[in-house]
Amino acid sequence: MAATGHLTKAPTRSGVSAVTLLRVGLVVGALAIWEGLARSGWLYRDVVPSLLAIAKALVALLTSGEYYFHLGVTVGEIAVALAIGGGCGVVVGLILGGNRFLARAFEIYLYYLGPTPKIIFFPVMIMWFGVGSGSKIALGALSCFFPVALSVAAGMREIDRVLIRVGRSFRADTWQMIAKIYLPAMRHPIINGVRLGLGIALIGTLLAETKLSNKGIGFLIINAYSTFDMPRMYANLIVLFVIAIGANALVGRFGGLDTIRR
Amino acid sequence: MSAAAPARRAAALADIAPAATGLACVVAFFAVMEALIRSGLISEYIVPPPSQVIDALGRVVMEEHIVRRFFLTIGECLTTGVMITVFGVAGGVAMHRYKLLQQAVETWVAALAAAPVVLAYPLFMVIFGRNAWTIIMIGFVAALPPVILKTIEGLSGTRKVLINVGRSFNLSGSQQFFKIMLPAALPTIFTGIRLGLIFALINIVGVEFLINYGGLGQLINDLAERYDLPGTYAAICFVILVSVVFFMTLEKIERWLRPAT
Repeated sequence: MAATGHLTKAPTRSGVSAVTLLRVGLVVGALAIWEGLARSGWLYRDVVPSLLAIAKALVALLTSGEYYFHLGVTVGEIAVALAIGGGCGVVVGLILGGNRFLARAFEIYLYYLGPTPKIIFFPVMIMWFGVGSGSKIALGALSCFFPVALSVAAGMREIDRVLIRVGRSFRADTWQMIAKIYLPAMRHPIINGVRLGLGIALIGTLLAETKLSNKGIGFLIINAYSTFDMPRMYANLIVLFVIAIGANALVGRFGGLDTIRR
Repeated sequence: MSAAAPARRAAALADIAPAATGLACVVAFFAVMEALIRSGLISEYIVPPPSQVIDALGRVVMEEHIVRRFFLTIGECLTTGVMITVFGVAGGVAMHRYKLLQQAVETWVAALAAAPVVLAYPLFMVIFGRNAWTIIMIGFVAALPPVILKTIEGLSGTRKVLINVGRSFNLSGSQQFFKIMLPAALPTIFTGIRLGLIFALINIVGVEFLINYGGLGQLINDLAERYDLPGTYAAICFVILVSVVFFMTLEKIERWLRPAT
């Protein structure tokens, strides 16, 4: 990243870096191809709507109060899912990271269950928590529990032994050890775990909303699809992707993750 | 000798004790669930007893064409695997070769890796129709970024000494690439392909479930809509089993490819 940043800043004669020129060129080229396809009539009408139609839909979406209601529902569900799933993940991660026996007994289950598709549990979640927000929150929480727990457990084991010995030699009690040694030393793994968890909770919650719901961003997307209002669907997806990538970057920046590479 | 034998036995016991404890807890959990459901404390119309789920496993395997579904899903995964390998490695090589391109789009690829691509599945359905290509293309887009990023990482991480060996043998550009760079980068590239295949499987099964089309994911949707609870749970267990075996196999291949250093 450092090298990229360094080279990006090297300006050409006109004062604009070659990288910026290439980026602008790629974006303009992609948009031109898009608009060309939209006007060509080769595809079914509205499969690739014109940029103007998408822009209009985007403005309509962002200026409607209804959209913010659905956004609020989804953000609320994701926040609760992250609090429950991520909170459990941090606790389980700390326990597994701090105890070798328990880690060897149980971590393998988390490790192998982590990368399984979670959306398939949705019918079960509907049975347990109903068709409302509960089942979406449960699916989001289930999705984000695994990466947070594994990341925290791994982070706990990677704490420099010297730091722990320093704490002990100062006769720190358990709470002081947690507050002054463990948590500060584990800031990166915890933030990284939360970042992974946030992305996965978002996917879990929204996919559940697209499958069965009557509110939330997932509902808006599938509703636009079923009424074949393609510009509105594109507008919804664009806003959602901007929010998702932005939230991911924000958590990374907030936790100082830009100092370490993935 | 006589003192060493019990010590060895104790060490062996200490070795398997954690795994045995873990397994015992899992078995105990299911036994407790069975008891709670049978006693009526948990309604069997919400959670079927584990014994019924085990029974249903045989029925689901026999009656729901699970072998055909399994091969359909795995076939979609492997098609995606071939596509991400071809396009991902080619993209990574191109970006490693043309630094300007890498500087311009590497952050975009990383952003795509963080983007919830699967949420655009209605869009893919509009473009490709409700068929296997929608499923494969979502898997492809979701799984491509790690392959590109890991290919770049592998190629840039080639040890200087290996490149110098190539130079001292006066290798041409393509020889340098195929005899030195690519073999050195292969383990890292495979890590990318492994990650990609895991993303692909997750997305493919998920989309099969969501659009109710195709292999194992559709089976779960189908059984849930028929309100066949033991069958639904059995199918979920089967899918988890398949993904765990898939995951373990990829890990084995990766370990086999990694040089013993």
